[in-house]
Amino acid sequence: MSPAASLRALGAGSLAVVRNLGRFTVFSLGLLVAGGRPPWRGRRLLREIYDSGVLSLVIVCISGVAVGAVLGLQGHNTLVRFGAEENLGAVVGLALIRELGPVLTSLLVAGRAGSAMAAEIASMKVTEQLDGLRMMSVDPLDFVGAPKATAMILSMPLLATLFTLFGIFGGYLVGVVVLGGDAGSYLSTLQDAVRFSDDVAGGLIKGLVFGVLVALIAAYRGFTAQPSSAGVSAAATSTVVIASVATLVSDYFITALWGY
Amino acid sequence: MRESPRQELWVGAFVFVGLAAIAYLSIAIGGLRAGGPGGLEIVATFDEIGGLKNRARVVVGGVKVGQVKSVALAPDFRARVTLDVDRRLELPTDSSASILTSGVLGDQYIALEPGGGEEGGGNGPRFLAAGDEIQYTQGAVILERLIGKLIQNLGNGSSKNGGSDAGADGATSEEGSE
Repeated sequence: MSPAASLRALGAGSLAVVRNLGRFTVFSLGLLVAGGRPPWRGRRLLREIYDSGVLSLVIVCISGVAVGAVLGLQGHNTLVRFGAEENLGAVVGLALIRELGPVLTSLLVAGRAGSAMAAEIASMKVTEQLDGLRMMSVDPLDFVGAPKATAMILSMPLLATLFTLFGIFGGYLVGVVVLGGDAGSYLSTLQDAVRFSDDVAGGLIKGLVFGVLVALIAAYRGFTAQPSSAGVSAAATSTVVIASVATLVSDYFITALWGY
Repeated sequence: MRESPRQELWVGAFVFVGLAAIAYLSIAIGGLRAGGPGGLEIVATFDEIGGLKNRARVVVGGVKVGQVKSVALAPDFRARVTLDVDRRLELPTDSSASILTSGVLGDQYIALEPGGGEEGGGNGPRFLAAGDEIQYTQGAVILERLIGKLIQNLGNGSSKNGGSDAGADGATSEEGSE
């Protein structure tokens, strides 16, 4: 490849990235406007909360207990070296509330509900249902996109909190029931270490931001999918990949900005 | 497009359990209180506060009665700490405040020692009211300085005979001037 051609390729790549980001921003604003004005479509919202919230409950709870149990085991084995194993509750609780609860829930929901949301919207595009809605002068963004996105944004903090509580329970199971730690000190170090404004509120804000990110990325990938069966699977796959990376990268910035 | 009642039930249960989880995490574990006891703000000025932070505990006899609201530098370069304690607390005006550490490496907190309450006598106020300043304070003990003094004293003691006495006297007089 000649130098000129590689420069051109670089330029085209950069332009494509900027164009994609711009389209995503315009799309997100359109979706937020569509979701933020009446009609509210409560029935559609209910159904979507069932799809993205209730159906994610089982994996979120099981994963929560498993992650908490591992944290309990690892934390105990490490803390024992310093003779500080009574602080296990604080270790497990802070790790879950501040980081692991929101982040892992977001990854799980992106894989479970985000991919389903993108695939559903993309397949509605393939089967020309979105065009059908437009023919009836119903805005697909308002009728399909907004309830789905709102449902995911509302579900994410709830799911993240449940993940955290189940994780604390999992840590209790291992640290207290299995390894024979002290139940009282597990709970009291937890309560001593956790503060609402620093830890709990920060975790809830992370859950909310991740919900917005995953919902917008899934909707964007669904609505801009290629109208083919390959496009449907590509939309689902890229939703999981992009939403997961966005979760992990934004997590750092939220943590830094929240001022821990 | 009507949803089945079962689906509505599930969504209702999910939202209820989720909100209950947030409430539990905030109140039982996070210690969030609407308003809370608090309400009585008193001020204490210390020479040295060490690692005292906002929202550190304020205790009387080991029982938590409030928290540190703010820490600021006074014009005379001492640390001015505002405490937010339970407004039902009736602390005598000659109470004292000291900064202690829980455990060897634990958090620092403020312990209030209620005074005898005789200073007010018949005329003055007997209890600390909002905005009052605690007269008797004892700042934080900085471990590094303590060790530094110890090493200095030991060094003096070994270098000349009878020096350990003088060194100890010096340390106490220094302590007294602080």
